[in-house]
Amino acid sequence: MAKYLLLKHYRGAPAAINDVPMDQWTPEEVTAHLQYMRDFADRLQATGEFVDEQALAPRGTFVRMDSAGQPETDGPFAETKDLIAGWMVIDVDTYERALELAAELSVAPGAGGRPIHEWLELRPFYGVMPTVTE
Amino acid sequence: MNEALLRELVPAVIGVLVRRGADFASAEDAVQEALIRALRTWPDDPPRDPKGWLVTAAWHKFVDAARAESSRLGRELAVEVEPPAGPVPGTDDSLWLYFLCAHPSLSPGSAVALTLRAVGGLTTRQIATAYLVPEATMAQRISRAKRQLSGLPLDRPGDPATVLRVLYLVFNEGYGGDVDLAAEAIRLTRRLAGSTGEPEVAGLLALMLLHHARRASRLGPDGRLVPLAEQDRSRWDTGLIAEGVTILQAALARDRLGEYQAQAAIAALHADAPSTAETDWVQIVEWYDELLRLTSNPVVRLNRAVAVGQADGPQAGLAELSALDPGLPRYAAVRAYLVERAGDLARAASLYADAARAATSAPERDHLTREAARVRQAIR
Repeated sequence: MAKYLLLKHYRGAPAAINDVPMDQWTPEEVTAHLQYMRDFADRLQATGEFVDEQALAPRGTFVRMDSAGQPETDGPFAETKDLIAGWMVIDVDTYERALELAAELSVAPGAGGRPIHEWLELRPFYGVMPTVTE
Repeated sequence: MNEALLRELVPAVIGVLVRRGADFASAEDAVQEALIRALRTWPDDPPRDPKGWLVTAAWHKFVDAARAESSRLGRELAVEVEPPAGPVPGTDDSLWLYFLCAHPSLSPGSAVALTLRAVGGLTTRQIATAYLVPEATMAQRISRAKRQLSGLPLDRPGDPATVLRVLYLVFNEGYGGDVDLAAEAIRLTRRLAGSTGEPEVAGLLALMLLHHARRASRLGPDGRLVPLAEQDRSRWDTGLIAEGVTILQAALARDRLGEYQAQAAIAALHADAPSTAETDWVQIVEWYDELLRLTSNPVVRLNRAVAVGQADGPQAGLAELSALDPGLPRYAAVRAYLVERAGDLARAASLYADAARAATSAPERDHLTREAARVRQAIR
């Protein structure tokens, strides 16, 4: 099996079809969206493909050590920057299955109850180095 | 308490419960629960008869679960505490369990998980840790696999190829958490080889032993990958090599060649060589030809190109490579290696960098990045 990261962006991904910011939805639409995400995770639990999910706050800063040996921060950055909203990690039999699940997650309902069709980024994890190679 | 001994008992105890009339899924669950209890209580209070203890504990778990189920459904309890024997799947061997857990209706991932639990006697938590998934996920994967198997006859042999594939997958995973999956795969394959005369089972066992023999030399002290050509061959386990070769020779003598025997023959030729230069590459190419007759796997053709490169020179290897799909895993790495040996260092450096980007594991990526750096440094 192989692990994949499904990355969801606040911004930085190409525009979704139903591209209305969440704060402009009705409360019912927000609830329906969150329920869809929960149901999706529950289904993955039941199929034995779920590994992890996390959501990130839209705040962030770049950090490095400065010449005095102290943490130095920079940012937050302009609206054009890529901003990750959260992720889900799945463990699946095939790449095709990973695509299928990502596509399913992309059509969570949004404004007007219509599917968002947002772009999710699918990234493979490094796997185990096989023992038998020659 | 010897945990390995406890794990050995698991498939036999599942067999006892099934013979007493339990269905496989419930029997397996009950034995898992008994196993977890044994792991907790045996260190302080070891039983005199471990198998009898496990059978009794598992049977009680099974009866409790059946009672709970029948009261949930409002039905009469159908199981007695000591029921008559049911249909007998084998006597005490666990061959039927190997086949059932590797049933072709299961996905490879499910078959691996179920085999490790029911045949290997590992706990769900150990398997989850080994495969880096939450315990709940692994539990679901296993119970889903068992649901898919419900209603299948237990006494019919399946396809040995699927069983071997599952064991091979487990071996290739190497190490995970506190469970040594490679050693576990060898243990299960050894036991399978003991209960069947199938030459391919012996071939797979030989293949595993011959690769396992090189384990200590495959990674450097800092965890970096050490390629075959640079391995310290004095660290290879000669005992395992001798055992692998003996098992392989006996299997080959039966004249029913299969892909695991052919792969083991290649591993044996490597194991036998004092260095890469003194390796019998011509014979290795011949074994790859045999392997290609048995399987059309393009990865075999890629590996054959490496061997041809050693036997007949890098240009011959590159000519072989030109017929293959560049999208194959490790294609770029093989090409980089052959191009370097052909003397085109600038091209090799950029191919190693490509190969690093295409790597599917971190140790391979790091190794290929270092190779690119090494060749670039040589050019300067």
